Amino acid sequence: MNKPLRRVAIFCGLLVLALLIRVNWVQFVQADELKNDSHNRRVAIERYSIPRGNIIVGDKPVTGSTTTDSGDFKYKRTYKDGPMWAPVTGYASQAFDANQLEKLYDPVLTGTDDKLFFSRTVDMFTGEKQQGGDVVTTLDPKAQKAAYDGLKGKKGAVAAINPETGAILALSSAPSYDPSSFAGMSDDDAKAYNGLLKKSDPDEPMLNRALRQTYPPGSTFKVVTAAAALENGLYTDIDAKTNSPLPYYLPDTAHQPLNNEGNLPCENATLREALRVSCNSVFGKISADLGNKKMIEEADQFGFNKEHFTPVRADASVYPKDNRPQNAMAGIGQASNRATPLQMAMVASAVANGGTLMKPYMVDKLVAPNLNVIQQTQPEKLSEPLKPENAQKLQDMMETVVKSGTGTTAQIPGVTVGGKTGTAQHGEDNKDNPYAWFISYAKTDKGTPVAVAVVIEGSDTLRGDIAGGKLAAPVAKAVMEAVIDGNK
Amino acid sequence: MSSTSNTTTIGTIGAPSRRNTELALLVFAVIIPVFAYINVGLAKEDTVPAGVLGYALGLGLLAGVAHLVVRKWAPYADPLMLPVSTLLNGLGLVFIWRLDQEPQITTPQLGGAMAPGQLMWSTLGVALFLGVLIFLKDHRVLQRYTYISMVAALVLLILPVFFPARFGARIWITIPGVGSLQPGEFAKIIIAIFFAGYLMVKRDALALASRRFMGLYLPRGRDLGPILVIWALSLMILVFETDLGTSLLFFGLFVIMLYVATERTSWIVFGLLLSGAGAVAVATFESHVQTRVHNWLNPLELLNGGVTETAQAMYSFGSGGILGSGLGQGYSRLIGGIAPKSDYILATVGEELGLAGVMAILLLYGLLIERGIRTALAARDPFGKLLAVGLSGAFALQVFVVAGGVTGLIPLTGMTMPFLAQGGSSVIANWALVAILLRISDTARRPAPAPAPSTDAEMTQVVRP
Repeated sequence: MNKPLRRVAIFCGLLVLALLIRVNWVQFVQADELKNDSHNRRVAIERYSIPRGNIIVGDKPVTGSTTTDSGDFKYKRTYKDGPMWAPVTGYASQAFDANQLEKLYDPVLTGTDDKLFFSRTVDMFTGEKQQGGDVVTTLDPKAQKAAYDGLKGKKGAVAAINPETGAILALSSAPSYDPSSFAGMSDDDAKAYNGLLKKSDPDEPMLNRALRQTYPPGSTFKVVTAAAALENGLYTDIDAKTNSPLPYYLPDTAHQPLNNEGNLPCENATLREALRVSCNSVFGKISADLGNKKMIEEADQFGFNKEHFTPVRADASVYPKDNRPQNAMAGIGQASNRATPLQMAMVASAVANGGTLMKPYMVDKLVAPNLNVIQQTQPEKLSEPLKPENAQKLQDMMETVVKSGTGTTAQIPGVTVGGKTGTAQHGEDNKDNPYAWFISYAKTDKGTPVAVAVVIEGSDTLRGDIAGGKLAAPVAKAVMEAVIDGNK
Repeated sequence: MSSTSNTTTIGTIGAPSRRNTELALLVFAVIIPVFAYINVGLAKEDTVPAGVLGYALGLGLLAGVAHLVVRKWAPYADPLMLPVSTLLNGLGLVFIWRLDQEPQITTPQLGGAMAPGQLMWSTLGVALFLGVLIFLKDHRVLQRYTYISMVAALVLLILPVFFPARFGARIWITIPGVGSLQPGEFAKIIIAIFFAGYLMVKRDALALASRRFMGLYLPRGRDLGPILVIWALSLMILVFETDLGTSLLFFGLFVIMLYVATERTSWIVFGLLLSGAGAVAVATFESHVQTRVHNWLNPLELLNGGVTETAQAMYSFGSGGILGSGLGQGYSRLIGGIAPKSDYILATVGEELGLAGVMAILLLYGLLIERGIRTALAARDPFGKLLAVGLSGAFALQVFVVAGGVTGLIPLTGMTMPFLAQGGSSVIANWALVAILLRISDTARRPAPAPAPSTDAEMTQVVRP
């Protein structure tokens, strides 16, 4: 009987071996994946076992931590001016995970990041508790407040960038929410959180409109179309007459005109004049003349058609691949053309920065608990959508818009402001309220400190008479003023 | 007992009893859990726990008495089995006590603290272990009870059908005022006795009366009878008691013992075919089994938005990583209920002692199994061989089914990790199992009694010229 016995022994050995291999697979190969799975409660327990590091704006933290006695968690996140900073910080909730900066920099904030290895090791030997690092943002508190106040009671978003570096100065979305309201795990927190979801609040307060909502950019997109005309040599002199018939019929259609907003002097208007009064016919024809491919190329140079990581992800704006009439419409920011507020701020900033687009970012540096800088963001060039001389021409045109065109409401005494208004129609047969847009930049003798994009979703009261200049430009002006005042 | 004067056996100085080796190992088997116990206390409360002295004395006393009894009544028994069992039992107590420190899973509804109860059951288990060693002088006595064992095993297996299901499986019998019992654990031993007795008698008939077909020896129809009966029985356990583990255990046990008894590979083929067919058949209409298989294939899936036990166990293992969080510093309580103390106890080991700890525990089980099979090899009588391999095989299958289920290697079945997991029936039955193995190994390793220097021998010398 010994031969089968030996075989049984081998079989039992194989059973144990199979178990050993399996536990190695689970605890070694899959370990990290399982350890950091978002449903693994240990992640949250660790996240709140120490006071979290803070998110800092202009030397002051906008976040904090407070002790709780809610079950597994020792600490709870708190926010200062939560609704104002929510589009920047995101939230960190005991019950509902985290998002945006709170999520992306979770390892730093909880002190588990590899970059904090040294500081953690020291803590281990000195017997101190693990501490979280801080995330220092590039945001400008005054500009953020101006943007937040400007959007109060409205629906819309503001994105402001420093054109010279790409640093994000303001990022606001309205309506907003207070991340403190559901930072814990009580029933009240759950109620607050569920009340903010799309299904209970159609205004979607938790949607970060500045980064994650794409709108038809309307006439503000004419800046990109003008850039395409200059870059491709379609027109070189902004004060020379263009070849622009009126009425202008869309290509490949049976005399379907591309109308202007009212009776504007658009026939063969110069580029400067066409942008000043916002001629649909002139820019629609430019787009048609250049063709879909060249328009896509130029839009891509400005950052369209790809996601941007600031490091919080911004949705990709879209300049569509389309047929000729649709392409002509897209050239004036209609049809399937879609852009995020951040994207349009990037357009303004590229023009303002002499044609060079800087990569937008909102985290300046990461700081260890011992105040050592563990990571510093360096400004980075993203692309060059315009040659410097063309950028100069386009600035000239945009400044005319503010001086004597549709954007006069954005004028700031003693400061050179360039801008472009937009009123984007949307909905079937344009029956929904249009979007009011304004993109602009401000120049002082010290440089070009700010470019901004504002979008406001229309309200019924202003229907029919909604122009970017009326609703959006004053908000942009306030943000630019706040930045300039801060730089003085 | 003295064999030094015996010149007719191979070993002139006699086989060493190895009792001192056992004692030395037992010291470690007691010290390690005691340190683990202190470790938990330091991690949870920053103090050496108050109960440590009682625990150390209790475990030490159990181990000491067991050792003395083995020394007296089974002096040639295997020296590793008792220390390994003691270590596993001691660590199990530490883990259960450690989980008792988590208020969320130690509520009165969940039965409160379970370590004291488990210590009592362990004591009873060791008492039964001593009883078996003292009163069972020779394991061959069990052979007399072959058919009584069969009846007893059947009764034990069928009994739970008449009691309400708990935790989705009908494997318990509840005695009012005493508590509940898992008869399957005892049936495991009794059925191994029946198989050993039955196969010892029938092995020649099963092995030789067969036809050769396509390289396989096909058994005769009437010899196929018993295997079909066992197959039907294990399927019935599966259907009526929804207990995947026990049915697998019995069927596997029977196939192993049949193979050893007949030395015919064809029995394994039949066994696998039958169990495969049975499993597929049952799985097609048993929703309970289907759920288990589904959970196994999708371990991290959410159930109604909540994290399942299976997923929690996986998170436990994953979070433990290679070295673990340290005793008392894991969150295996998130599995919820009493499961972390019973079926999922290995998850706590995985999280707090890490991959290293789980591997050590699995190797301890492997060692115990290997010593059991070694006993079977050394045994001189076929009944002893069959019984030893049956008990070791059952133990191995149980460890595989439970540990494999908890770690997601195979679908989860409701069985307990021998010695480690909370559960009175399990710990008592397993101590009895080890006692029988020790008895067989004592008989196997005992030197053959020296022919007495009889008067006959002397007379022969006298006759010689």
